[in-house]
Amino acid sequence: MKYIAHINVMPLKELLDPQGKAVNSSLHNLGLTNLHDVRIGKHITLHVDAPTKDEADRQVRDACKRLLANQVMEAFDFTLTEG
Amino acid sequence: MKFGVIVFPGSNCDRDMQHALQDDLQQEVVMLWHKDRNLSMFTKNDCIVLPGGFSYGDYLRCGAVARFSPMMEQVINFANNGGKVLGVCNGFQILCEAGLLPGVLLQNDHQKFVCKNVYIKSESTNNLIGVNVGEKALKIPVAHGEGRYYADAATLKQLHDNKQIVFRYCDEHGEVHINSNPNGAINNIAGICNEGRNVYGMMPHPERACSTALNNIDGRAILMALN
Repeated sequence: MKYIAHINVMPLKELLDPQGKAVNSSLHNLGLTNLHDVRIGKHITLHVDAPTKDEADRQVRDACKRLLANQVMEAFDFTLTEG
Repeated sequence: MKFGVIVFPGSNCDRDMQHALQDDLQQEVVMLWHKDRNLSMFTKNDCIVLPGGFSYGDYLRCGAVARFSPMMEQVINFANNGGKVLGVCNGFQILCEAGLLPGVLLQNDHQKFVCKNVYIKSESTNNLIGVNVGEKALKIPVAHGEGRYYADAATLKQLHDNKQIVFRYCDEHGEVHINSNPNGAINNIAGICNEGRNVYGMMPHPERACSTALNNIDGRAILMALN
């Protein structure tokens, strides 16, 4: 089976996100003052060949833990769709 | 005793490091390519240096891709067997990604790349560098966008209790305070070592402060400590 993983990697909530902070103030400069708490992370997609969805889930989780996210500073989540 | 300097694609302080060690400090230097896997010419008395730069274009996260290069697998074995390793700037980031040092380097709190001379002060004589540099505030340049050291509270306590904090940012009189911190690093941490005290990482560049022609030789004591 072929699956597509849609992965989000976000900076941990307790950490300052300077990029998000800068974009937040730019939004306010545009007059969009009701928008706040901007945080910027990464969205990663990849294709997985696996016999079952559980196996695809296991492989993607492994990839996230070992390379795609650094859990000292980031948290990840993902969804799998058939592709 | 000799030094090995690893060249990753995107390293840009590798030749500075070679020049400082070889020409300013008269040390034997072997340049190592990231795709090679051979460290058999190095013994525990030798030191492998990971230089500054932007290895693999800082893709994904600084140091994240370099950490899986063939040579890094060898460096991890070398370090685990007690060999000396120094990572400067991007090298420090790679060592953190490789798990040889705890914590991580985050984007500077002020969002800017910082490139200037700063002062750092040794925290303890319980490590090779601390013994050699004494208590004087050293003037060493920094040049980084992601140099804000961070570790969780439990790791920080461990670093503190084990005296693994090697350098803190300070002013020219050696006072550690918020205004002497160039990037927002937690507790002003500029450099740390591992529990075994054979792996060292620091954001400032000692190799840029080794030449009388540059009017600053404060970095010499840091590099010679690993001799």
